[in-house]
Amino acid sequence: MSVLPEGSVAAGWSGAAGSAGSSGPVGSAGSVAGRGSRRGRRLGLGVGQWVSLGFLLSLVLAAVWPGLLAPGDPLAIDPRAAFVPPGWGHPFGTDESGRDIYTRVVHGAAPSLVIGVAATAIGVGLALVLGMLAALAGRIVDFAVSRLLEVLFAFPGLLLALLVITVYGPGVVTSTVAVGLATAPGYARIIRSQTLSVAASPYIEAAVVLGKSRGRILARHILPNALVPVFVLVTLGVGQAIVWAAALSYLGLGAEPPAPEWGAMLFAGKNYVTSAWWMTFFPGLVIVLAAAATTVLGRALQKRGVR
Amino acid sequence: MSGVVGARRADARGWGPLLRGLLLRLAGAVFVLWAAATLTFFGLRLIPGDPAQALLGGPGSQASAEALAQVRAENGLDQPLILQYLAQLGRLATGDLGTSYAQKNSVLSIIGSQIGGTLLLAVLALAVAWLIALGLALWATRGGRIAAAVGSGLEIVAAAVPHFWLALVLVLIFSTTLRWLPAVSTSGPAGLVLPVLTLAIPLAGFLGQVIRESVLDALAAPFTLSARARGETENGIRWRHVLRHGALPGIALSGWAFGWLISGAVVVETVFARPGLGRTLLNAVQLRDVPLVVGVVLVVALGYVLVTVLTDGASRLADPRERAA
Repeated sequence: MSVLPEGSVAAGWSGAAGSAGSSGPVGSAGSVAGRGSRRGRRLGLGVGQWVSLGFLLSLVLAAVWPGLLAPGDPLAIDPRAAFVPPGWGHPFGTDESGRDIYTRVVHGAAPSLVIGVAATAIGVGLALVLGMLAALAGRIVDFAVSRLLEVLFAFPGLLLALLVITVYGPGVVTSTVAVGLATAPGYARIIRSQTLSVAASPYIEAAVVLGKSRGRILARHILPNALVPVFVLVTLGVGQAIVWAAALSYLGLGAEPPAPEWGAMLFAGKNYVTSAWWMTFFPGLVIVLAAAATTVLGRALQKRGVR
Repeated sequence: MSGVVGARRADARGWGPLLRGLLLRLAGAVFVLWAAATLTFFGLRLIPGDPAQALLGGPGSQASAEALAQVRAENGLDQPLILQYLAQLGRLATGDLGTSYAQKNSVLSIIGSQIGGTLLLAVLALAVAWLIALGLALWATRGGRIAAAVGSGLEIVAAAVPHFWLALVLVLIFSTTLRWLPAVSTSGPAGLVLPVLTLAIPLAGFLGQVIRESVLDALAAPFTLSARARGETENGIRWRHVLRHGALPGIALSGWAFGWLISGAVVVETVFARPGLGRTLLNAVQLRDVPLVVGVVLVVALGYVLVTVLTDGASRLADPRERAA
């Protein structure tokens, strides 16, 4: 259901998988390539990456200015036009109250993207604190944080999020926070190891020798360098968070209909899957495309980082 | 789990370190389970509201003060928190997971009656995912650039598709249009096909990416060159050497996959109206049936930790280097 496995596995494996990605000259059997794509120093983006970028930009446009792409009202009811299949008047069809699905998908971009970005921000923010603490605050703190992360990893996937929702009750805010919390351990593990490797690098040693203060070294040298891979993670993570939040809404634990949020639209169309497939197909398709686009772009960024 | 890994460094070769490593992993697993139980116990005390009231049917039940006091005394809720915690640990150690608020039934027996269907689903999905991933990886690494591009594209799309949408598309194709398979999972084997495929396809995407990468590594490795120099056939090389090497990261990923499949079962069992642990968990979350949610989550955590220890052992069996490392 997610774009990536749980955060940590995510970056670890997609790093491995990404190096033989589709854009580079992947070696045929027997050659020493396979890593060749990393050496394929193309400055321009590939076709898939352009398409992904274009799709994401149009989603952002839909979120900022939905009226431009769909002038109608996403909540306007028209009982005479209920369950109209996709066609000229309604490209994505209409729902049980005659609301236009296309308009709702466009207007749903804002809540869905905000939920995805907010959940990722919560996850990465928490992970930054935990990961940096573990890496820099000494062995005891590192031991404690690492054990805590191990324990959190024992609640795979949505389980941690479901636990949070049980405690605080369903709703948009809870499900967003729950997704953020559920993704934090994966990010934290990556940030910890990245910070450790940055802190051990010669230029940090040089800064110490030059007599720079600890705070200055942390803020000016360690933080920016440890944050570079986080940028990639965030790109990959937003798509994942959108999918998770949509899954929770689909299960009836997140945003509620008739809000034009993609997951809530899936929930609303759940009972009409066989009679009005378009009610769930199109919102779902947009979620899949958003997830795939962030994956493709995230991988492109990752390769550049590696180079 | 990675923290425990550092402890298994040993110089000796053979079975001794293998066993010692496994024992250390088991000790780590016990710690994780204890910590998970502790975290959930204290985490749940953050719940707004009175557990005694929840036992009597929630705030809407307007239970009398005497009834509340009686329930509190019966369940030890009037004891100090630390004693409640120790009592809870004692019960967990003997396998007592408490009583469901909503179903008024032992959590362990509810889980026992539901877990079979979910395990069957997960095991079948894992097997199907391995078949797809291995097939795709072997094909994509043999057929040149186009096959490689198609293979990697398929893997990305498969891994990006969420369960809820994949289930919908499969139902549209195989139930609504072709009428081959039921949209609702009945007890027969035909009802299993779509749920298993829904779980297996995204997993195959992840496994395929990882396996293909390591198959490529293996094809470029010196041992493949030497096998070729000994005059082994291309198929022999693939099956005897490359596949074994290529499967390693896949095995490591399978432990993670178990947890992911159980989490996916929440969605898949809901979509296909199939009884099982995932749907039980979702119902319990909706009703805020805390003992049942915690019970299911702890059982899944136990299973997850055990599977991780097992896959760790399996990858050491498949890879002699790991035994000494």
